[in-house]
Amino acid sequence: MRFVRGFGQFWYDFLIGDDWKIAAAVVTTLAAGAVVLLTVHPDEKVFTVCLGLAVMAAFALVLRIDVRGKD
Amino acid sequence: MNAAVWGLATAVFLAAMVEMVEALTIVMAMGMTRSWRSTLIGAGTALVALAAFTAVFGYAITTWLPEAALQLAIGGLLLIFGQQWLRKAILRSAGLKAMHDEDEIFAREVADAERAGAVPRGLDWFSFVVSFKGVFLEGTEVVFIVLTFGLSARNMPVAIVAAVAGCLVVLGLGIAVRGPLSRVPENTLKYGVGLLLASFGTFWAVEGLGVFRSGRESLAWPGSDLAILALILGWFALSRLMIMSLRGGQTRGRDSAPEPAEYGAHRGDS
Repeated sequence: MRFVRGFGQFWYDFLIGDDWKIAAAVVTTLAAGAVVLLTVHPDEKVFTVCLGLAVMAAFALVLRIDVRGKD
Repeated sequence: MNAAVWGLATAVFLAAMVEMVEALTIVMAMGMTRSWRSTLIGAGTALVALAAFTAVFGYAITTWLPEAALQLAIGGLLLIFGQQWLRKAILRSAGLKAMHDEDEIFAREVADAERAGAVPRGLDWFSFVVSFKGVFLEGTEVVFIVLTFGLSARNMPVAIVAAVAGCLVVLGLGIAVRGPLSRVPENTLKYGVGLLLASFGTFWAVEGLGVFRSGRESLAWPGSDLAILALILGWFALSRLMIMSLRGGQTRGRDSAPEPAEYGAHRGDS
């Protein structure tokens, strides 16, 4: 049991790291992108650029929340 | 070599250097204080375990996932991984998190080794386990970066050569210096690696969303691989803006600002 818990903790620390909000923001942004892609059928080149910017904006927002939460 | 391959080689080389510096600090502390034999057996066992892990993980993801899904999965993981590195680099540059200091880590490991009692005649389990864990944990990060970059760029040989070169450079320096490599600009390297991981992660994860379309083909960025350069510039500009903004906020609220070491303490706080 201790091994399983340690194994799970290792992968959590490895993939999610110090701030779970970063992983949540990446998954949410990509999922929203998939929904837009399937429902709106946007121009491919515009879509990739906009989603890239959305990923950056989500990161900035998460970092802001992280810092504000610890002030 | 095109821009993507140069980016791949640079990112993997720097990441391997950074992780190797951290693993070497632990190995040197154990070897110099307790037993070189047990420490090297521990490090060697970790390398064998890493090779097995790489073979299984690499075979599984290349066999089971179609190309676009592979890009989405590993691009997404790379993006999360890269943003974690970038987050720490931004917080460190803004003065909100303590700088990574190999001398301090070396001193802490030496103190732990001395507290562990006398060194036995046979295998010293303390130095074996500590060096095994250090090499395996830092090595897993290198393996992850090599696999994700190598598979996404469809160029595993360059990824492997870059990682081996990074490790050998640090090993050579370690043998020459015979101590922790505190003069390697580790924090700056980590910032650079974070930028590259986040940029490549964004590129591949967005491309991989094409798996949801009827043809399951990857999406195309304007300018193809050149978009990676624009993404690197974009992430760099964003990180500088965040650093300036966080520094400004810290100056305004200095009285209530947290101590630098407060943010994040996982995985040896690498």
